[in-house]
This record gives sequence, C-alpha cells and structure tokens, in this order.
Amino acid sequence: MVEGRIIRINGPIIQADGLARAGLYDVVEAGNLGLVGEIIRMNGDVATIQIYEDNTGMKVGERVLSHGEPLSVLLGPGLIGRIYDGIQRPLDELFQRTGFGIAPGVKTQPLDMERKWFFKPFCKKGDKLERGKPLGIVQETDYLQHPIYLPPNRNEGTLAEVCPEGTYSLTEPVARMGDGTELFLCHSWPVRNPRPYRERLGMEEPLLTGQRVIDVFFPISKGGTAAIPGGFGTGKTMTQHAIAKWCDADIIVYIGCGERGNEMTDVLREFPEIHDPRTGRSIMERTILIANTSNMPVAAREVSIYTGVTLAEYYRDMGYNVAIMADSTSRWAEALRELSGRLEEMPAEEGFPAYLPTRLAEFYERGGRVTTLEGKKGSITIIGAVSPPGGDFSEPVTQHTKRFIRCFWALDRDLANARHYPAISWIDSYSEYGEELRGFWEKVNADWAATRTEAMELLKREQRLAQIVKLIGPDALPDTSRLVLLCADMIKNGFLQQSAFDPVDMYSVPEKQVIILRLIMDFYNRALRIIRAGAPLLKLRSLSVIERIVRMKSQIPNEKLELVQEVKSLLDRELGDLEKEYKV
Amino acid sequence: MRGLEFKGLQSVEGPIIILERRENVGYGELARIRDRSGVVKVGRILEVSDSAVAVQVFGPTTGLSTEETSVEFLGKSLELRVSVDMLGRIYDGLGRPIDGYPEPFSSEFRDINGIPINPSARAYPQDFIQTGVSSIDGMNTLIRGQKLPIFSGSGLPHNRLAAQIIRQARLKTEESFVMVFAAMGVKYDVARFFIQTFEESGVLSNVVMFLSLADAPSIERLITPRCALTAAEYLAYEKNMHVLVVLTDMTNYCEALREISSIRGEIPSRKGYPGYLYSDLASLYERAGKVKTSTGSITQIPILTMPNDDISHPIPDLTGYITEGQIVLERELFQKGIYPPVAGLPSLSRLMKDGIGPGMTREDHKDLASQLFAAYSRTKQVRNLAAIIGEEELSTLDKNYLTFGDRFEREFLSQSETENRSIEQTLDLGWKVLTHLPREELYRIKEDLIEKYLPKTPIGR
Repeated sequence: MVEGRIIRINGPIIQADGLARAGLYDVVEAGNLGLVGEIIRMNGDVATIQIYEDNTGMKVGERVLSHGEPLSVLLGPGLIGRIYDGIQRPLDELFQRTGFGIAPGVKTQPLDMERKWFFKPFCKKGDKLERGKPLGIVQETDYLQHPIYLPPNRNEGTLAEVCPEGTYSLTEPVARMGDGTELFLCHSWPVRNPRPYRERLGMEEPLLTGQRVIDVFFPISKGGTAAIPGGFGTGKTMTQHAIAKWCDADIIVYIGCGERGNEMTDVLREFPEIHDPRTGRSIMERTILIANTSNMPVAAREVSIYTGVTLAEYYRDMGYNVAIMADSTSRWAEALRELSGRLEEMPAEEGFPAYLPTRLAEFYERGGRVTTLEGKKGSITIIGAVSPPGGDFSEPVTQHTKRFIRCFWALDRDLANARHYPAISWIDSYSEYGEELRGFWEKVNADWAATRTEAMELLKREQRLAQIVKLIGPDALPDTSRLVLLCADMIKNGFLQQSAFDPVDMYSVPEKQVIILRLIMDFYNRALRIIRAGAPLLKLRSLSVIERIVRMKSQIPNEKLELVQEVKSLLDRELGDLEKEYKV
Repeated sequence: MRGLEFKGLQSVEGPIIILERRENVGYGELARIRDRSGVVKVGRILEVSDSAVAVQVFGPTTGLSTEETSVEFLGKSLELRVSVDMLGRIYDGLGRPIDGYPEPFSSEFRDINGIPINPSARAYPQDFIQTGVSSIDGMNTLIRGQKLPIFSGSGLPHNRLAAQIIRQARLKTEESFVMVFAAMGVKYDVARFFIQTFEESGVLSNVVMFLSLADAPSIERLITPRCALTAAEYLAYEKNMHVLVVLTDMTNYCEALREISSIRGEIPSRKGYPGYLYSDLASLYERAGKVKTSTGSITQIPILTMPNDDISHPIPDLTGYITEGQIVLERELFQKGIYPPVAGLPSLSRLMKDGIGPGMTREDHKDLASQLFAAYSRTKQVRNLAAIIGEEELSTLDKNYLTFGDRFEREFLSQSETENRSIEQTLDLGWKVLTHLPREELYRIKEDLIEKYLPKTPIGR
C-alpha cells in the first residue's frame, strides 16, 4: 500500500504527491471520505487522479491510498437484473442504505456476498485446470447457466482440492490449485483490459431486433457494431429500448451514460413486466443496467462504458450472445473532453482531445463474435447512440464513430416531427452486414434480397419525385409516378413505421417482415401493369386491399401468419378484376 | 478557518480572486470576503493547490484591493436555510431575504448543490397535470415530476404562458401546487409581472421567489437556480408537497457560466460555452422528479430564449437533450395573432405516453393527439406547395388540409390568457377541427373511437 498527500484540487481532477510507487491506472482511495479515484498520469512522485465521486469539501493535505491494483469490476453470479453506477456500485442497495441521494464515500459490494449459490463441480482433485475448462456450473437464473472457469488472469495448474456439489457463497472458496491459490465463484477483472478469447469469427448470424426497418433494410449481425445518431427528440432512447426489449440476444447490458435519470427508472419499471417472446421469461432476467446519469460525477461516466463492456465480455466468455446499448456515447466523449480540459491537454476538434478516435476504436473493437477459450461461440453486439449537437452529423463524435461501426441508423428530424417512429432515415442509413446475412435471410424467405432491393429502389425514386412534387404538386405527375408515391406511402405507413406501444406491432418476426414487404411490392408491380394498360390511378387508389395491407402490421399477430392468406386473396381478387377489365 | 480572517490577495481578475493557501480550505466551500470599506461578499472556492486558492466571488469585485481585502474560510459549502415558512417570501439570488423580514425561523440548512438522485430511488412520473392550455394538455401533456422547458425567442409571450400555467395548473386529484420561482438576469418589470400574477390569483403565500435581476452581478445567477431547487427539494422530498418550479431565463444563466469559464481561461467548446455546459445544466434539470421515499414531486418549467430563434444553438440544444421534451414558441404563429403560439411539430412531451389515456385523461387522447400531429404535419407540406403553385391548383384533399390547419391554429391552439379549458373540452375541440378532414384521412385513430367521438353533424363537411 502506498500513501500520498493531496496537493491540488481542481474539480474531479486532483494531484497528490508521495505516490512514486503507485502505478498508472491504479485505483486509489482519496481524501478523508476514501473516495474512489484512478491515477491517470504520473510525473515524478506526483500523481494526477480522477475522482469518481463528488469531492466537494476535499482539502489539500488529505491522504491518498493506493492498493496497487487497477480499477476492476467483480464478476460472478448475481449480476443479472441489477443496476450499477459507473464504478459498479449497486444503486438498488445504495438506495436501501443511504436514501434517495447518492452520497459520496459509501462502500458497498457489487454482488451479494451472503447469497448461497448451488455449485456443481465438473472437475475433481488432481485434474488439470486449463484456461477455458469449466470448473463447474452455477444456475444463475432459471434459464441462465453460469459456468465457472479459471479466471483468465490466474495460472493454469492442477487442482489440489475441489469442493463437493452444494451451496456456496461468493466468499467461500470452491477449489484450491496446486500452488495454493483458492478459487471462488467470483473474481475481479480490470475494466480497461479486454478479456481474452481464442479467435475472432465472421458474422453470419443476424441480431434480430423485431424492428422491421432495421432487420430488413439495415440489419446487424451478432457481434456487429452500430451507431444511432440523432438530435434530441428523434427517438434514440426509444429505439434502444425497443432493441433491448425485443432483440434475440441472451444478455443485454444497458449503459445509461450521461442521460436522464427517469429513463433508467423507466427501464426498471417496464422491463420486469415484458416477457421475452422466445423464452417467456421477464426480460429483466437477462438485463444488467449501468446508470451514470447526467447529474452523477463526470469521471464515473467516462469509466461506465468500460464497466459495461467488461460485464458483457464476462458473459460472452460463457458462450452467450450479449448486446450492449450505450446511450449515449456522445456524453461519454464529453466526459473525456471535460477531463482532458481539466488536465490542460491540447484540444483537437471542438475541444475534444486528440485521442478521442483511439478511445472510440478501443471501445467498439471490444465487440465482435468469437470462439471462447472453452471453444463455444459467443458475441458482443455494440449499439451506441450518438447525440450530435444541433443534430449536425458532421461533428467529431459522429464522424469518428462512423469509422468504427458498420451499421449506421441515422435518425431524421422531419420523420420524428411527423411522429414517424422509428425515425430511421432510409436515405442516410446504411448497413454493411447485408451481404454477410444474405444466407440467413434466404433461408427465411428466398425473396428477401430481391424484395429488399426493389423496395429500396422504390423509396429512392419516391425521394426524387418528392423534390418535383414540392415544386409542382403531385397532380402534375403521370399516373405511373403517382403510383410510386402511393406505394412508397404504403411502405412508410405499413412497414417502416412501427408502434412501440401496439401489442401486435411492437415486435415482428422475420417471416412477417418479409411477407408484408413482398405483398406491397406485388401490389406495386401488378398495379403498374394495370396502369400501363390504361387504367386511371383513381381505380387503384380506391381498392380496399390497400388499407388491409397497411394495417397488416397491427392486425396479424406473429403467431398467426396464416391470416396473410386472406389479404393475399383479397389482393388477387381486386387486382384480378382490374386485370381482366384492362386485359393485362 | 472559521472565525479567522486572512488579509491580502495575490490577484484579482474579474470575479475571481487568488490568495495564498491557508490550512483547512476545502474544494467547493464558501469564503467570506471583506473589502477595504468593510463590505462583505460571498465567494466559492474553485481550485486549491499547495500554494494558492482561487475563489469565485458572488458580487461585484470593483474596489477589491490586493492588500486591504480580508478573507474568511467558512469550512462549509453554500447552504440555504430551509423551512416551510419560506413560502410567501422573496429572496435575492444568493438566498437572502429581500422583502424586509428576517430569515425564517429554522435551524435546518441544506447544501444548495443537492445530491444526485439515485436512479433506482426515482418514481416514474405519470400523473397528468391539467394546465388548461389546449396546445399543452392535448398535444404536449405536462406530467407531475417532469421537466418541460419553454423554448422561446425575445418578444414572444413566454412569460404570459408561464404565468397562465402557474395560475391554472391542477391535478385530477385536486391536489394543489406550491410554487418556486427563480428569476435570473431578467428585468425588473418581468419579475414585477410574475409577482403581480401571483398576487392577483391569490397564490402569493404559496410561492417562494428568488430574484437575481439584470443589474445583479452575473455570477450570482449561477447560484440562484440552485437555491431555488434546494428550496423545492426540501418542500417536495421532506415536506411531501407538489412543487412547480419556474426558472427564467436559463439563457442568462448559461451566459454567466460562459463568462466565468472564459475568465478562468478554460478551453471553450461550441460558441465559447464551456465543455461542461451539458453536465452543469443537467445538475439543475435532473433535480426535477419524484422519489420513492416521499409523496411530493418537483415539476420544472425552465424558460429560455433561443438566441436568434435558433433551436440548434448550444443552450436550447443541450437543454433539449436533458429535459423530457420541450414547448417551442413560434414567431410565425405569434405574428398571425395566435396565443399561445406553441409550434405544433417541434414541441414534444416525452412523458406524455404514460400519463394519458383511459383512467388518466380519456381513451381517445393518444390516437387523437397522434392524428392531429400527422394532419398538421401534412398541412405544413401543403402550405409549402400552395406557396409555389397557388391554392387554386391544389387538390380537394389538400384544400381540406389547409382548412383543417387554419381551424386547428385558430380554434384549437388559440385561446385567451384567462381561458381555462378542461381536458375534455380540449379533446372535443380536437375532434371538432378534425371534421374538416375526410373520415378516411383519420388513419391514426381506431375505428371505434372515431365512431364514438367524431361529431355526427359534420361541421366542416
């Protein structure tokens, strides 16, 4: 243990001397309250420290203690369903202990150390315990198996002792290695170090979100990275909530980074009530929340991202598919900027430090699909919200983020103003995973790729026509062009727009997504031939099938896709009549 | 150290003084500064190092000499004396009574910086507040515990709208509000207008006022909203009251923040505002809400004037990222003579979804609001088109939309300053203006609701 003395205080950045033997990124206890901090710069025996709690009242001359360990999180059973702050203090427990305000200097254990877990060993005395070999298993929740491995930062060796099947708390050792080290059900891991895996894999499996505009037009792979940029009020948080609720990941890590307190409360209130359509379990049983809201200490906001991704890696190493929602990475970048300013570093663009892109890259690269040390396949998908100032995508955080993500879901102010949600622009967004996922979708529906391209083309044409319509009005266009407008509206209202509150519409299975879009495109293709044969647009516009198609999203439940047949036969009948009339 | 005064400063620069460090000086704590003529000012410690202390002085530093000034360190941060008797009182920007009466009798003090609310201790706000203003109740519903700012421009009637909300705000349960009002850098007449409003509606005894007027030192503005919110927190979370906080004008607050930041030589981010403007604003706005340990609530209505009516300016932009929606006032509507000129599309209440509907307002509220938004958005497009090709060239449907838009603005949005509409009246009005559209255009409303609520004798058709 090294003890130093505070010599300068400037907001959450302090300096202390006498710390020559402490290391960079060591965690410290600072001041009389023992606030958590991290050494971020060493100069002679003077350490610059960022403090993760409110340090009002701290005085020069107070002591600083370093235990010579980096900032770490505690990993073990019991993480699921909890809410933590940026440095893994359990907020639910803090509330029980200190009331509604977060008081600085309160020490808590991130996990319930008393709770007994049923441990079933897979190894016995004398076995060689290698990296990635499960020592045993704990049933963390009713449907979540939690294998216990040798912590990756411990040496491999022979097991000198393994405890029998039974219940153990996190403070009781369950095995002892030949060299005397005891193994527990939990271990700690430094948040800034990525956890090891065997090798990286390609990304041929989609992360199905149930959101039509994403899954069909801008799909993301398990292990992929995406950004959701958008000005305020365009629905970043709503989109992230929808994905967190409905995507087919096994574990969700939701990082509320510098955002509203009520949004986290909303998650805490709503998630336990929602049931995963695949497992039938409450989705809170697969969710971990990291909340460092905008009014909580800014340094802890910086580290909350790493805390979140480390928890995600821990579950990935068990072979699970984890999805991280980071809301919002801009607030994280602003925390970097604020701390960098206090360190008097030379700023680059808009006051952000020059190492912003490096940090962004490090973060997004911790996502990916891998073979774990055990040989299972696990993944971390990272979906980061970006809050560009003034909704201007040319600002540094959006631009640098774009370099490290492969899915860009741009939220559009005009769509949001018209309450078209999700307000993901089909013009500015892109996904680079389309080709990799082709194989999966062709199995769902052989028409996927063709339908998607056709529909996209139609929307692009509509966009060009819309420019003309703005100048001369739709009535001056030929009927074939007005049909494009009509069908584009059908796609917008009947497919792209999706209500997060409608019990049927809030989540669409892949089959339903393709069916709706295919039906609209079939309507378009047949209607186009009818118009070319001389029918006026009015005849087509008045067909009742149009409304049926547009309302399919909320009238046909995921488990009753056979109802589509009715709409299909209505389409055949109504268009068939016209086709006969105009001899198509 | 308390009781000891230290003489002499190293330097004075604007509102910041630097002096040699003494023992026991805590970061963020309070200092009392006495100038050569014995006048006392208050300051806060910004930075401490081994050799020096930087203090930010709340008050004019004119006449401060380096030799003749003495400083006392109080060993605590800025605190406000709190009591239920604050209601009905008027304070200055630093929380000192200015109505001629002594401080309320109480020995309870609260740190004006508050402490961040634990997200898991928050109760989700979902109680509807009826403001009697259709554009708010119908389209951008205010919820108890929400922070909903008014984005305005100079010359627009934001103060009148705020006053109307204060006068009319009611809960369905008929519980009443107490008010905390903070004025930052506004002119005396504006403060006078609010005092008069409170007097006329007979609520003055339920209001705590903090006035830091335009002629007060700008740095005082950094303290004023914190005093106000401390008072609000005490009343809400310790005395279980429902508190409505009006903060005006947040733009002046941000200007003061920029001023201090530039004097301190900090690296600016956008438009010269400090990089921590977001966190700083959040430390105010996030003090709204409800907590599980109390039945009270804090509803915040900050008012800000957008410089040059620019909503992408850092102040409204960062505010919008923190608050739960925004009421935007539009100059074009104002010029048409529509009061309140609440812009239809950019205004938004994020908490609306959970506070309206059956049992809270009325079953048709969600669909109706969504339909009005959609139709008004279409109207805006049609208007643009009409400006180019002329109204005569429009299709019948487009013309319907023009009539709808006009009626919507003149009948639904527009109301007098004294008109207090019940939520039912507001919704019925919404249905009434929708009669100007063909029924099949009401695609966002469920069939049965149309059947039940759309006036049978068509008014528009």
